[in-house]
Amino acid sequence: MTATGKYLRIALGIAVIAALIIVPMNFNRYGLYILSQWAVMTIAAMGLNLTLGYAGQVSLAQGAFVGIGAYAAAIMTTQGGMPLIAALGVAIVLCFAIGWILGYPALRVQHHYLAFVTLAFSTLAFLVFRNEDWLTKGIYGISNIPRPNVMGFATNRPLPFYYFCLGSLALVSLAMWWLIRSPWGRAFVALRENPVRALSLGIDTRRYTLMAFAIGSALGGVAGTLYAPLTQYIDPVPFNLSLSLDLLMMVIVGGSGFFFGPFLGAMIAVLLPEWLRFTQGYYLMLYAVAVMLLLIYSPTGILGILDRYLAERRTKAASALRAVAKSRLETAP
Amino acid sequence: MSNLLDLLVAGLATGAIYALVAVGFTLLWQTSQTINFAQGEFVMLPAFLMLAVMHAGAPFWLAIILGILLSLLLLGLGFKLLLVDPMLRHGVLPLAIATMALAIGMKEAVKQFFSAEASPFPSIVPAGDVSILGTVVSLQSLGVLALAIAVVIGLTMLLNRTSIGHQMQATAQNPTVARIIGVPVERMILMTFLINAFLVALASLLITPIYLAKFSSGEVLGQAAFIAAIVGGFNQVRGAIAGGLLIGVVDNLAAAYVSTQYRAAVPLILLIVIILFRPQGLLGRPEERTV
Repeated sequence: MTATGKYLRIALGIAVIAALIIVPMNFNRYGLYILSQWAVMTIAAMGLNLTLGYAGQVSLAQGAFVGIGAYAAAIMTTQGGMPLIAALGVAIVLCFAIGWILGYPALRVQHHYLAFVTLAFSTLAFLVFRNEDWLTKGIYGISNIPRPNVMGFATNRPLPFYYFCLGSLALVSLAMWWLIRSPWGRAFVALRENPVRALSLGIDTRRYTLMAFAIGSALGGVAGTLYAPLTQYIDPVPFNLSLSLDLLMMVIVGGSGFFFGPFLGAMIAVLLPEWLRFTQGYYLMLYAVAVMLLLIYSPTGILGILDRYLAERRTKAASALRAVAKSRLETAP
Repeated sequence: MSNLLDLLVAGLATGAIYALVAVGFTLLWQTSQTINFAQGEFVMLPAFLMLAVMHAGAPFWLAIILGILLSLLLLGLGFKLLLVDPMLRHGVLPLAIATMALAIGMKEAVKQFFSAEASPFPSIVPAGDVSILGTVVSLQSLGVLALAIAVVIGLTMLLNRTSIGHQMQATAQNPTVARIIGVPVERMILMTFLINAFLVALASLLITPIYLAKFSSGEVLGQAAFIAAIVGGFNQVRGAIAGGLLIGVVDNLAAAYVSTQYRAAVPLILLIVIILFRPQGLLGRPEERTV
């Protein structure tokens, strides 16, 4: 990495963050809602990216964890009158614990069975949301979910709430950045690349598999606690299996195992259908075709294309340097 | 208890349809490592193809034939050439995600070009009841069961008794060795895609009169077939058949004796228990962990 490349990256990062803060200022209510949704879904997808992209465990239950977080927030803030931060704590602990327990079957068998167990769990969670009326109000849903006060500022209006979501996304991103550079993050990658070798190098693969899955699930819960005050009304429908599949699609489309993959994937999944709305009834169809074409062109997702391009340029630059060095040797007396 | 027999027959009938879908699912997995998340939508579509042909004025029998042919073309050949072939070498997961996108696309296409409402679909088995051992059993269930069993027997004969079947099994078990001993592996893989398309078209023909033709009907069906395949054994055709029948019966009995609210939970709990205690499925072979 050259110094200019590094500065270029930092400048690009600052520009994107500034744009995310300044540009939405004159967005309407709906635009801000969609952008907030993007931030929330990015958090959930980041959790799944940790589980799938870094630790290599396929989960089809991330949507269920978003649901658990959302219901925790909705129930605690409406019926309990508690602040959202308390709900956040409960959601994280709950999702972490359930994720940990759910990870156990994965230890016994090959990894694609975890996908099946989580698929079953996802549907079971949906049934509980729908049928346990005493807790979740069933199909009638929970309405009038309050938005929180953050350090004295009310976030009832769309713009402050968007900043609240963006701030949460920033915090989660920083935590994730730190996590994947920590020894834990390295152990997760070792687990993905070759579990047997990781084991022989002294990594407790059992514990790290469970850990990756539980942390990813907890982030789903975090996204859920933001989702409930965002929509201010929740019912079981958004948390069925298709949300889990959507989140998985976001991670793969963005580029699984890349830090910024979930950001792009959530952008495609949340914003692209909105941009295609002018085609009316066709927009989801076009979205599906776009996803398929992208995956045919680059199965490693959008960042996979970039990665390939950069790798090619690097090899070209290296071979050019080699050629220069060689010609110098030849012309030397 | 008098309706236990009826429940059992109805369960076996839906189970036999699940088995058809699950068999196609496992065949694709075995020969080409394709986890087809659009399998449920594959069952949904042929009914609409047949309805479209009938709307054009064709009689029912012609609609069935054309519907099956179109399914072979679109869901067999088209699916393999356009989606599976370009993606296969990149591993299991991107292809699985692409089939999820395909499922969304198929649902939306049917909703947009046909109808968002449920449409009635004619039954190839006449309605009515017959009396067996003193209890009344619906003729439709019996007809569906008989037809599905006939297809399953036919398929098993094809796989176990004919040369093509043996070549397909060889392809599924070890493509490299199969290629060395002269099996046209590519053609065999194409064959499994065509068989899958045929099976889903047939399942569509059998199940749509019971549940109506609706763009979203594939979701439940796909999941049932998926569970059936895992419960029975992901790498065995007869496992998928047993799994399908079991899930059909369990589902029907759960609806009657457990609770209608949690009927969908019973097969899922069965799935989790099976994965915990017998991960290779009831009739499956254990897969070795590769280093």
